[in-house]
Amino acid sequence: MTTPAPAAPAHAPARTPSPRAWAVRTGLRRGLAEFRHMLRNPEDIGWNVVVGVALLVYLVTQRDVVVPGSGGLTLPALALPGLLAAVVLFGMVMGPAFALSAEIDDGTVLRMRTLPRGTTTYTVGVVVGQVLGALPMFVILLVPWPFLLGDPVHGGAGGWLAVVGWIALGTLATLPVGIVGGALAGRPTRVMLFVMAPVVALGFVSGVFGAQTIPSWAAGPVQAFPLYWLAHGLRSSTLPPGAEALEVGGAWHPGLAMLVLAAWAVVGLVAAPAVLRRTHARQTASALADRVSALLLRG
Amino acid sequence: MYYMATDEDVVVRTSGLRMAYGDRTVLDGVDLAVRTGEVVALLGPNGAGKTTTVEIIEGFRRRDAGDVEVLGVDPERGDDAWRARIGVVLQSWRDHRRWKVRELLAHVADTYRPYARAGAPRPRDVDELLVRVGLSDAAGQRTATLSGGQRRRLDVAVGLVGRPDLLVLDEPTAGLDPAARREFHELLHEVVDLDGTVVLMTTHDLAEAGTVADRILLLAGGRIVADGSPAAVAHQVAGPAEVRWTAGGARHVHSTTDPVAFTRDLLATGEVDDLEVVRASLEDAYLEIVRRHDAGEPLSPTGTPDPRTDAARTEAPR
Repeated sequence: MTTPAPAAPAHAPARTPSPRAWAVRTGLRRGLAEFRHMLRNPEDIGWNVVVGVALLVYLVTQRDVVVPGSGGLTLPALALPGLLAAVVLFGMVMGPAFALSAEIDDGTVLRMRTLPRGTTTYTVGVVVGQVLGALPMFVILLVPWPFLLGDPVHGGAGGWLAVVGWIALGTLATLPVGIVGGALAGRPTRVMLFVMAPVVALGFVSGVFGAQTIPSWAAGPVQAFPLYWLAHGLRSSTLPPGAEALEVGGAWHPGLAMLVLAAWAVVGLVAAPAVLRRTHARQTASALADRVSALLLRG
Repeated sequence: MYYMATDEDVVVRTSGLRMAYGDRTVLDGVDLAVRTGEVVALLGPNGAGKTTTVEIIEGFRRRDAGDVEVLGVDPERGDDAWRARIGVVLQSWRDHRRWKVRELLAHVADTYRPYARAGAPRPRDVDELLVRVGLSDAAGQRTATLSGGQRRRLDVAVGLVGRPDLLVLDEPTAGLDPAARREFHELLHEVVDLDGTVVLMTTHDLAEAGTVADRILLLAGGRIVADGSPAAVAHQVAGPAEVRWTAGGARHVHSTTDPVAFTRDLLATGEVDDLEVVRASLEDAYLEIVRRHDAGEPLSPTGTPDPRTDAARTEAPR
């Protein structure tokens, strides 16, 4: 009898990877780890479940409410695209803003700065972790939807493809905003004031439950922000003909929606790395020590 | 203190290092060197500029003036391959609270993988390192659940996992109870003895500097005011030892930097009834430095003691 061959070494000597590519890969793994931590955290999952289930319950009570002027659509059918847009906005702005500000505050960002290409690894980790972190809410809303409220997307597979495209573009338009907000706030309590409050206010007036819910004074201002256009774009791709009558101006403008979202994405993708570099450069042990002593003084 | 810039053993060298925050001068011409195989403590009162100094050495802060060289490179121009040779132990304990011990250490280890070199396999084996810092039983625990001492040991492991040539620790035992502090000192001795890692550590705790370091650099008033072994630093800052003796019923006191030679001569006279040599303790010296630092008095108390001037200044024993 021969004895079994010894197992291969855990880390077979591989070709030395390019430092940049390796930092990105390590960041991907970091993002996956952050997502795992979120899934195991009862508070995070509980928050998603409570909000998602509350929305579904409300919409189920409204499933027979036909919205006048919509061509016969019910409130839930009209509301779904806006809700998906709101999930993107809240998840991609508030998620990274709270994560980044908390991790500036607790020294995580400084710790990563001490590692070779650690800031790249960290940034990729935040982006991946936060994008994955929005998935549970989509699952909670979309999986039971067909059973409770009927087919959510008009237009079959093409409609679904368009939904994925809009969500991807919306993510690009909003996630840099969250990163800039978190980096500038630098502390979770300030994120509440400077990021969360405006985003919630925007959510109230941007027509999440359909453009007919936009107050007339807000119809102009909300068009400067990505939430309105993401919701509009999603409605244009998922609602049957006739629904456009409720939109501001009474017509679909998917091209304009794409343009506005792309503009936000470009500005954000230029601004976020610059702001992040400045934030990373400011993370020093003495800055952290000052925050810690301030924390101790606050008691 | 002067150092030759060409010294091959020099791992860290600063000369004329200056730094001011607004009107407040923090570093006013710091000259120091750390060489291969050394464990050096940068000792000084709070606010003396220790953290600023190590931040400049780590490449995290730009200096106002002076030359700095760490592992042969100016830290302001250090690239990632350079960064991979430096381990940093932060004065921090709240980061990565959701991560498990082994998970975090393996993640940190991963960032070092492209920087392996012949003779410097990077990173270290994570499980071996966990055993060495005594955390293998806590490997599956979340870092938030660790005790202060355990968290510090994890921080050391994080600093060491890239197999650094230089390990920099900023006030590593702040907030630890005495038992955890002692345990930490033992751990540091162990890792340094095994690998010959060069260690530069800041502390405001004199006892700690004396226990851990081969050499103490005393930073006060923005300058290095003493440099040497704990005993040598005591000499430098507190001046000479006192020799007290009784001869023929009369008591005498003499102050000297070379008490051995002095007492040899003294005993040779054959008249001594009673003899006592009192060394300035390092603690007295340090407290005096801190007092002067706080009071804004000049810090160099006796100048560099020189046995020849000492002999010339005092009377020979009868």
